[in-house]
Amino acid sequence: MSKFVNCVVCEGKVEVSDELLEGEIITCPDCGSELEVISLDPLTVAEAPEVQEDWGE
Amino acid sequence: MARVFMFYSRLRAEEKMIIEAAKAREIPLESIVVSDLAWPNDICQRKDVALCRCIGHRQNLALALTLEAKGVITINHSDVMNTCSDKIATSSKLSIAGIPQPDYAVAFSLEGTLKCVEKMGYPVVLKPPVGSWGRLLAKVNDKDALEAVVEHKLHLGSQHSAIYIQKYVDKNGFDIRATIIGDCPVSAIRRCSNHWITNTARGGEAQSYPLTDDLKKLLVDVQRAIGGKLLAVDVFETYNGYLVNEVNGQPEFRSSHERVTGVDVAGKIVEMAWTLAQKSDENDF
Repeated sequence: MSKFVNCVVCEGKVEVSDELLEGEIITCPDCGSELEVISLDPLTVAEAPEVQEDWGE
Repeated sequence: MARVFMFYSRLRAEEKMIIEAAKAREIPLESIVVSDLAWPNDICQRKDVALCRCIGHRQNLALALTLEAKGVITINHSDVMNTCSDKIATSSKLSIAGIPQPDYAVAFSLEGTLKCVEKMGYPVVLKPPVGSWGRLLAKVNDKDALEAVVEHKLHLGSQHSAIYIQKYVDKNGFDIRATIIGDCPVSAIRRCSNHWITNTARGGEAQSYPLTDDLKKLLVDVQRAIGGKLLAVDVFETYNGYLVNEVNGQPEFRSSHERVTGVDVAGKIVEMAWTLAQKSDENDF
């Protein structure tokens, strides 16, 4: 069964995988915002933070 | 019994690959998001093994230091993170070990930068000592551009107050990204681009590249100089031999995927961490 979460930016419905993991980034198909999964139970997303200066390898 | 952990802040392709590899091998890997936890904590015990995979250098370093204070074996150790996260520190360690690298210099002012480049010759590349994904790199071909770039840098705050200058190397459209796990070089790719920046994070295309004996020897020397159990080394192939451009201590390895290299990098990382955990049970550190 498909699971959905509401985009925190545009309130669009975002379908998510059953194998979703905490910390994963998903993209809202309506507005293109990047959303970070901050909790699986309950399923909660927040706007993903912008890239910071010390990010990367 | 010692356990294996992976701590992360953002789940990138690499962390997913590590989780999948552990599942496929039935290696018990505990994956934990660091963000909302209090540190230090009792999640890990002495002799446990932790893959530190935070996306930001500062958080990853803090994580490693906190874990090491409890006797946890970190991959990579904070000393290695400190070296690899700072290009000046990396170049210094490579110099001490006599490992070939492009000419480099460090300056603290416009006047100092002009003196360095006068000696080195144009073109040069200015890099932030701390930075990734090819961000804020500047290839500078003449004095006018150098003065402008340095003036801008010196207004960007203390992170940019030491200017790292590298002689530009003509790399014929590609560089080499090699991965070392434990103390063994395991894979190499060629990163190709029409742009002088060939990072795959900036659009460089990954192709297979042979892990030749010469390249392996160089990589073993790099591992001995820098330390660490998981490194990605960026190398230029020049007419005069290989030059080590950068060493990454918290590498992203999606571009070194098995379909390009024939090597399951994530699988080898998990196996290495698991072996370390088993050894740590046997040895009293």
